[in-house]
Amino acid sequence: MDLFNKIKPAFWNIRPRTSAAGRYLFNYRRIWKWSVFLISIVAILPLVFITALDYKVTERALESEFRSQTAHMASNTHLAMSFFLSERKSALNFIVHDNPPDALNDENRLVQVLKALQKGFGEGFMDLGIIDSNGEQKTYVGPYSLQDKDYREHPWFRMVVNQDVHISDVFLGYRQVPHLIIAVKQSLPDGTFQVLRASLGTGPFQEMQDKLSLAGMGDVFLINKRGMLQTNSRYHGKVFDEMPFPVPDYDPHTQVIEGVGPQGEKLLIGYRFIEGTPFILMIVKQKKVLLESWRQARMELLLFLVFSVTLILAVILGSATYMVRNMHLADEKRLMSLHHIEYANKMASIGRMAATVAHEINNPLAIINEKAGLIKDLFTIKQCYAADAKLIGLVDAILNAVRRAGKITKQLLAFSRNLEASVETMHPEDVVREVLVFLEKVTEMRGISVKIYVAPQTKPIISDRGKLQQIFLNIINNAYAAMPDNGHLTIHIRPTYNEEGVIIRFCDDGCGIEKDDLNRIFEPFFSTKTSQGGTGLGLSITYNLVHEIGGKITVSSEPGEGTCFTITLPASIDS
Amino acid sequence: MRVLLVDDEVDLASALAERLEMRGFETDWVSAGADAIKQVEGKKYDVAVLDVKMPGISGLDLKARLEQIDPGMKFIFLTGYGSEIDFKELTCRAGETACLVKPIDINDLIDMMNSLAEKPERG
Repeated sequence: MDLFNKIKPAFWNIRPRTSAAGRYLFNYRRIWKWSVFLISIVAILPLVFITALDYKVTERALESEFRSQTAHMASNTHLAMSFFLSERKSALNFIVHDNPPDALNDENRLVQVLKALQKGFGEGFMDLGIIDSNGEQKTYVGPYSLQDKDYREHPWFRMVVNQDVHISDVFLGYRQVPHLIIAVKQSLPDGTFQVLRASLGTGPFQEMQDKLSLAGMGDVFLINKRGMLQTNSRYHGKVFDEMPFPVPDYDPHTQVIEGVGPQGEKLLIGYRFIEGTPFILMIVKQKKVLLESWRQARMELLLFLVFSVTLILAVILGSATYMVRNMHLADEKRLMSLHHIEYANKMASIGRMAATVAHEINNPLAIINEKAGLIKDLFTIKQCYAADAKLIGLVDAILNAVRRAGKITKQLLAFSRNLEASVETMHPEDVVREVLVFLEKVTEMRGISVKIYVAPQTKPIISDRGKLQQIFLNIINNAYAAMPDNGHLTIHIRPTYNEEGVIIRFCDDGCGIEKDDLNRIFEPFFSTKTSQGGTGLGLSITYNLVHEIGGKITVSSEPGEGTCFTITLPASIDS
Repeated sequence: MRVLLVDDEVDLASALAERLEMRGFETDWVSAGADAIKQVEGKKYDVAVLDVKMPGISGLDLKARLEQIDPGMKFIFLTGYGSEIDFKELTCRAGETACLVKPIDINDLIDMMNSLAEKPERG
């Protein structure tokens, strides 16, 4: 709040006034508030809107890019795996068709076939076996001892009986090693059948998976349709583990969906059902990790927004304050000169009226003067009444009254004349005394004692008599208003230290001025007497008048002790 | 000393004239410029006391006319119109020095007349 008090502009506390001078002033605080508000809305709203739009668009673009990347990868990997399996399936089909049933039951022949397969297809084929229609393994070639094993109750055996060709899930089987089976049915001449069965390790799939480099903690693995992992995954379990989220719905095409991981993390899941097999290829990425770079960009965007808004606000605040402050100053200046003109006009009218009154009164006054003078002459010069003191006293009273009235009319005329610019040589003391003549009655009635001290070396000055009269009149009036009855006004007139000008100091023993008010006393419209009809213009007009004739005015005061106004005037108004 | 007093205010002129008479000045008074000219044509005066503002012929014009008739005559102006400064600027600028603003003090007038009379004649 203290900081605000320091930086708040001068117009902030100007309240709209309904009375007197203030009614011509705007409500600056409201103008300031509205301009700041409107400019801020117009400048900041579009910025925020565009930033939000850009934010959304970029987010969406990135997401769709991640989706298409995932879909693309799923399709490619699916193609490779699907090809791998169907190639091997076709090879077995070929063997079944190319070899008579007896030949396959010959163990030596079967060894040759396995070697040919292993040579032709590289990795993959672990062993081969022939199983009769009862599910009994008649012939077996391979690293495990599986001869005569009974497969009647094994699911894959039942499947191949119905489907002629079958690719199984990955399972442990008798050998207790994860593997999958490709089985092909061969019809026999006697109407029964036998099955050529090859087992493949999961190694090739694992290898295919491991070759893929995936962004965003990506994971790729196979599951079966029950959600059991068929290969080892990086983050979602080992082979035969349950996948920690639900199996996606069937779709013949590659799909990308959003899911939720076991820890509640958001996932981007691409999947593809591999046709003709129990396998589903899964590509799982963590959205949070994917969007890491986006989050970074978002932070920068936000910082940019905050910086821009701060900058815009600072500029708006600065320029609005500057403009309203200037407006306020211009208004005050305008109002000030308006009042100055009004005041000058008022003084001119008073002057004209005073002149007319004085002219009209002067002639009858002259007649009274001469008639009374004559009466006195008659009594004094013709000795017979000269001794009548009462009579002479009465006549003298008339003559005194006339003299006094004459003095006032002469001053009035001088005053009215001086309202127009009249630069002349004068002694400030004379002007002070002229002004005091106007206030003679008030001074007497209130018992105010006025003392004038003039330094002997004070020289006359060249100045505007009318303005000087107004200045002195305002200052003395001001002093009278501050003083109690029987107060004291002391006026010192002395040369300046360089003896080129004159210093006139008016000191009263009135109520004084509070320190806070002292700084503002010359401000237009500043008044502590608004309730008593003060306009707050008297001293500011005085201040301007003093400056107009090239002088300076200062004030010093002690509350309860009195106030001193010091006016310094140049020797000549032109200097 | 012979004095001619010209003022359109009859009351003022008559009273002032009488007071001057009492003080030993031989004073005539008239209330219009035309009468003053007639008066000067018929009689020699040392000083003319003229009101500045009069109906018909003004004090300043009257002075010019009277000077033609009697170049040795001295003049004092009286006025109730305008301040002393005004008056001095108006008339004294034209070469006059003797000016008084109404209401006047008779002693001032007498002093002024005496000092004028002591001055040597112009020209």
